[in-house]
Amino acid sequence: MIPELGHYALVLALALSVVQAFVPMIGAFYRDGALMRLANSTALMQFLFVALSFAALTTSYVTSDFSVANVYENSHSMMPLIYKFTSTWGNHEGSMLLWVLILALFGAAVAAFGGNLPATLKAHVLAVQSWIATSFYLFILLTSNPFLRLPQAPFEGRDLNPILQDIGLAIHPPLLYLGYVGFSIAFSFAIAALIEGRIDAAWARWVRPWTLAAWMALTVGIAMGSYWAYYELGWGGYWFWDPVENASLMPWLAGTALLHSAVVMEKRNALKIWTLLLAILAFSLSLIGTFLVRSGVLTSVHTFASDPSRGVFILAILVFFIGGGLTLFAWRAPLLKQGGLFAPISREGALVFNNLFLTTACLTVFVGTLYPLALEALTGEKISVGAPFFNLTFAPLFVPLLCAMPFGPLLAWKRGDLPGAAQRLMAAFGAALVAVAATFMAQGAHSVLAPFGIGLALFVMVGALVDLVERTGLFRLPLTAVRGRAAGLPRSAWGTAVAHFGMGLTLLGIVCVSAWASEKIVALKPSQHVSLAGYDLTFDGLVQRNGPNFRELVAHFTVRRGGVALGEMEPAKRTFTSRSMSTTEASLMTRGVSQLYLSLGDSNDDGSVAVRLYYKPLVLLVWLGAVVMMLGGALSLSDRRLRVGAPKPAAKSVLQPAE
Amino acid sequence: MRRLGILALLVTLLAPGVALAVQPDEILTDPKLEARARDLSRELRCMVCQNQSIDDSDAPLARDLRLLVRQRLEAGDSDSQVLDFLVARYGEFVLLKPRLEWHTLLLWGLAPAALLAGGIGLLLMARRRRSISLQAPALTSDEQKRLATLVDPGAPER
Repeated sequence: MIPELGHYALVLALALSVVQAFVPMIGAFYRDGALMRLANSTALMQFLFVALSFAALTTSYVTSDFSVANVYENSHSMMPLIYKFTSTWGNHEGSMLLWVLILALFGAAVAAFGGNLPATLKAHVLAVQSWIATSFYLFILLTSNPFLRLPQAPFEGRDLNPILQDIGLAIHPPLLYLGYVGFSIAFSFAIAALIEGRIDAAWARWVRPWTLAAWMALTVGIAMGSYWAYYELGWGGYWFWDPVENASLMPWLAGTALLHSAVVMEKRNALKIWTLLLAILAFSLSLIGTFLVRSGVLTSVHTFASDPSRGVFILAILVFFIGGGLTLFAWRAPLLKQGGLFAPISREGALVFNNLFLTTACLTVFVGTLYPLALEALTGEKISVGAPFFNLTFAPLFVPLLCAMPFGPLLAWKRGDLPGAAQRLMAAFGAALVAVAATFMAQGAHSVLAPFGIGLALFVMVGALVDLVERTGLFRLPLTAVRGRAAGLPRSAWGTAVAHFGMGLTLLGIVCVSAWASEKIVALKPSQHVSLAGYDLTFDGLVQRNGPNFRELVAHFTVRRGGVALGEMEPAKRTFTSRSMSTTEASLMTRGVSQLYLSLGDSNDDGSVAVRLYYKPLVLLVWLGAVVMMLGGALSLSDRRLRVGAPKPAAKSVLQPAE
Repeated sequence: MRRLGILALLVTLLAPGVALAVQPDEILTDPKLEARARDLSRELRCMVCQNQSIDDSDAPLARDLRLLVRQRLEAGDSDSQVLDFLVARYGEFVLLKPRLEWHTLLLWGLAPAALLAGGIGLLLMARRRRSISLQAPALTSDEQKRLATLVDPGAPER
């Protein structure tokens, strides 16, 4: 009964969505307030019904209702409750339901909190949002229905793919989808603006909080997925340039560019057309990401062609939204009035520079990811494009971007003073030089890239703080005055500094791990040692243990440094009986922000077992940096100016202390 | 096969093995040769995996390739000779970084070309703008009057 209710709720959501796709637009055309306001109710009700539908599927999973085909395929009665819950979205059908749930959530949020939007704009936004929703409801109901029953309920399920039975992967998809789907709001606003043929600085102010929220979720979502890959896949890499990763990186790059160009539009009324284009592109790339991952086209062009129903459906959605969006853009954008002139050296100029490099980086990833597919489809020739290609083409684009990053916030709007900004960045240059020199001294000249990488990271980090230090008067003014100024500083300025600082942290982590990670691969017998980077590990022996739905072989190690015992590490190999699959469970020991990483290989006949031991210096910074970036976004989001529905700030009442 | 998309995992259902990629018994005694072997391994694709280098993969084929690379290195091949040998045997598919040829021209050239075009376009735009007006357009006579009243409240109103 419950799955049928869920199915029915989804059909009702589709019906509401179809209504919402047309009626508000008709209302906007005839300036009929009642018809336009209808979208508010339908958006809220849509969310309610999709939530019901999702709850029904979750219930089926939690109660292990194996008469539902989807539950049978992806769950097991012995699985821990948390994974029963999360396996709701650990499969194709369920994850698409999660996708529309988040889409409906965003739609409802616009309806509920968009009270200050002009009526026609709101009507158009919600209508466009519903076009997207309609196509995805149809996709689920016609090709990927999670509620299908089996004629005879099996006794036991086939279990969730073991490598998905992990808390990291439980949280990762919802975050990623919040990001992907969040960009749909920017897209809807862009299409609505094009339909209305009118766009101004206020538009950017309405769009920015949604984009920022989506960007934050995507940032953490990507970091989370990367950390999961790091500890779960057992060879200590954190980014593989896999098409599935690239699919999430592309919207992030476009979204980051969008955030920056929307600032220009909001403050200076410039770059309007470009911002619209980015809003369309960010969501288009999210759709492409969904398509790449969902259609099976990545596995092989041929499997895609042999079972094309889902792939072709998503492809049709892609063509409609991306093609339609860009066509509308080409047709209407020239009608929009450009404003806001600026000199090349200015805050706007810096943000344009940022956009040029971010979009090129995005294009690099796009071409690298899709070229092999396109080439194979067109000529049948097979080539591989992997990490070595991306390292060579992508990384160099970030060097000028990061070099310019500290300058941006220091330049004035309209016309900036580059030598002045450089002078103010003296502290950052100093820190960078010291870092480069110190690294050269410490490691010798065997790698040139690493010292300069460290220098660049410090330049970015210190540079991010320079703006704050100057504006709060730290080191110049008495502490009370500094506090007053700090409180008076707009949150968005804090957000910029914190997010840029986070980027520096991530870079520092990446450089350290790439340059100084060390590795040892050995076969050990019980009571033998292995040492690496000053740590000494003793292999104490193997034990067999039983988990709820797996058996595991655990190796026990004692870690010492300088003779002092620091703790134990227990890497394991798990065998999941229901799918007869096994996973490696690496063991991590965190020392500050560095980690020891130990993973287990095969056992040999002579009683020895192969182990792989890594020392990863500063590796945690790679992800902590992303968390800091997200916090920067949160600070910026809490800025009064951006708060959804916040009234206009009262006339400047914050007193600035005299210089 | 790997990460973010769980998703692809489910689609493919390729079970990951648990063995380590590089096995202890594969490692060459000469550390220089071994380092070269590892570097080469990262450039070579495990052809039965999804986008995995033979250095990362635990598939039997990847092991065969790793051993082959080491054999060639021990036989005195240069890095590019090893790559040539593998391309001759397995086709270009084995390289994770495709060579620059006619059919990969767009792959290598599109992004740099876009960057160049974008940069030049922006420069041209900035120059054109400067020549048109960095100074604001002159005030109309109406605006002049309003300005006058604002500056000098004694002047005739509105």
